[in-house]
Amino acid sequence: MNKIMKDYILGLLSKGERMDGRKLDEFRKPIKIEYGISTKSSEGSAIVHIGETMVIAGVKMAIGKPYEDTPDEGSLTVNVELSPMASESFEPGPPNDYSIELARVTDRVVRESGMIDVNKLCIKEGEKIWMVNVDIYPMNDAGNLFDACALAALAAIKDAKMPKIENDKVNYHEKTSKGLPLKKTPISVTVIKIGKHLLVDPLVEEFNALDARLTIGIDEANNPCAIQKGGDAPLSASDIDKMITLAKEKVKELRKVL
Amino acid sequence: MSKLLIEDKEVVIPGQILAEGMDYLPSNGAIREGDNIISTSMGVVSLSGRLIKIIPLTKRYVPQIGDVVVGFVKDLTYSSWFIDIGYSNDAVLSMKDATSDFIERGADLTQYFSHGDYMVAKIANVTKTKAVDITMREPGLKKLYGGKIIEVNPARVPRIIGKQGSMIKIIKDSTGCMITVGQNGIIWLKGPDLKNELIATEAIMRINECSYTQGLTEQTEAFLKERTGGKQHGVHQEA
Amino acid sequence: MAYTKRLDGRKLDELRKVEAKVGVIKTAAGSAMFRMGNTIAYAAVRGPREVFPRSMAKPDTAVLRCYYDMMAFSGAGERVRPGPSRRSKEISMVTAKALEPVLDLTEFPKSGIDVFIELIQTDAGTRCAGICAAALALADAGFSMKDMVCAVAMGVIDGTVVADLDKAEEDYDKGPVADLAMAMLPRSGEVTLMQMDGEASQEHIIEAVELMKKSIKKIYEVQKKALLEKYGGVKDE
Repeated sequence: MNKIMKDYILGLLSKGERMDGRKLDEFRKPIKIEYGISTKSSEGSAIVHIGETMVIAGVKMAIGKPYEDTPDEGSLTVNVELSPMASESFEPGPPNDYSIELARVTDRVVRESGMIDVNKLCIKEGEKIWMVNVDIYPMNDAGNLFDACALAALAAIKDAKMPKIENDKVNYHEKTSKGLPLKKTPISVTVIKIGKHLLVDPLVEEFNALDARLTIGIDEANNPCAIQKGGDAPLSASDIDKMITLAKEKVKELRKVL
Repeated sequence: MSKLLIEDKEVVIPGQILAEGMDYLPSNGAIREGDNIISTSMGVVSLSGRLIKIIPLTKRYVPQIGDVVVGFVKDLTYSSWFIDIGYSNDAVLSMKDATSDFIERGADLTQYFSHGDYMVAKIANVTKTKAVDITMREPGLKKLYGGKIIEVNPARVPRIIGKQGSMIKIIKDSTGCMITVGQNGIIWLKGPDLKNELIATEAIMRINECSYTQGLTEQTEAFLKERTGGKQHGVHQEA
Repeated sequence: MAYTKRLDGRKLDELRKVEAKVGVIKTAAGSAMFRMGNTIAYAAVRGPREVFPRSMAKPDTAVLRCYYDMMAFSGAGERVRPGPSRRSKEISMVTAKALEPVLDLTEFPKSGIDVFIELIQTDAGTRCAGICAAALALADAGFSMKDMVCAVAMGVIDGTVVADLDKAEEDYDKGPVADLAMAMLPRSGEVTLMQMDGEASQEHIIEAVELMKKSIKKIYEVQKKALLEKYGGVKDE
């Protein structure tokens, strides 16, 4: 960890300030989503920009067999590939703890929250289902990959159109006008704690200086639908309460850009 | 017959043919290949007589003897420090180059510089195989306390500093910030408050990102005047 | 029937729409997007930095390492399994070989320079688009280069030499198709990447190399413009 920057961040926070001049509860601007950046290849795709952070997500669908215990449910798989393209600090090679956590948390926000109605992905009970794969690629890490990845996944899923089925096979060249069966649109807001201060949309330097973080997936009814705590410091009930309140407030802004 | 294919101050890309024939000579950022002079840099043409030079607009830092750089302690051994200066090989700071103090064998070196400490240092030696030695034993070289670090493209450093330090002086005077610009593109900055630090940072980043334009000084002055309201700050204690 | 009319109506030496943008990944030393028709590649340069394992380092220059990757959703058919495959590793290797001849990395001995290439959408010619993007990213990073590198997939379809094969042409089934992926140094016309799938006569292969010299003029112009756009060399008209 860069000592000088950590001290700098702490010094500013004691005056209620952040290194880029934002308020503690302020997201970078603009937050931008471009849809359909890989329409020729994927069923749905999007690029999300939060400040200089840039994440690409795409949806690919296939026909498969359901699990025996869920014969009438399709499947949704969410994966984050942390390419070393995105940051000087990522190395090529097998995924490290951070990239595994990033993938798992994004999965928790997107899939386990029940975003997609998997029953509607059933083509023929016990035999054929839609398997939906969402692959997320951070391209530039300028901070807050957790929220950017979840937002990119949601955007790609919203952009997706079901492909045609011909002779029991997917025709990848033709899409129907039907979108994926969305039940929820969860968005994550990560609140980090540095000292006694809570802030959103951390820059890389701030993220590296955090004591604790809470990533909270929030659905359109403004209820938490996924949570992940990270960082070394413990959080009190009152911390968690404040963090969820802050996340619920901020998620409204993110919802507007979708 | 020789033929010049570019103009002075033109922006050229690597591989571009600059001149045909033997009348012209390649200097930095250009090479001769057969009858042609070729640019090897992304940069601006500088013509002087028959000499064609390319001033790079982007580069990765390569240490040269005499460069003043900003770096930080990455690791230390029982007799030296490894300093990250933004180059692929770490620079070595030996005990004798670190301080004029007498250091006892086996002493705790962290009392001078410890992990993560930033410093302004000077490149003392670069070997043929690019092993780099730095020194702290010259006026102005010191450990840096507080402030923040920003990074720019090393190719833009001359523009950020300006002729005889004119550009950086304008930024310092307008914002009251202490600023040390390393030749390696690593900049230390400490100001009276966040507002002025942000203005100074933005002024520097504008020069960094600003593509090649004339009148950079005027533009920077106008920017600073607009943001600061034209106030001038006092004299700084540091260069 | 000989292949005289191209499936999408292009002239024989005509490329698909070419676009490029430099500096698309802000934290990288150099970066670029390069698009050829529906094939879109991003490249970012990181380093020079330490090489692991150390034994890979060269004492007198930097090692150029390329990492070609197709995003899982970027294939024409089913999902591509993420992560390195034998195919991606081989393409990565030939990509580095295609770029190395123009680079002078002797200022950075013992170090590694990494070029990451991601395909976000593909319609044939992916390694070529990746090489075009990578050459731009390396120039953007400010490495010493004695030429650009332009790459495009040439083709011999049923005895006709064409430039810039797309997926539909790769899959042409009314006659034999040879897919000839090449990278070329625009000034000298020398070839730094050559990979062929399919069958073609010696004459057709040479014809393809010659045709490529003409076809890449467009690629070079787009690359040059993209660099000048970032570095302010585009004059206001």
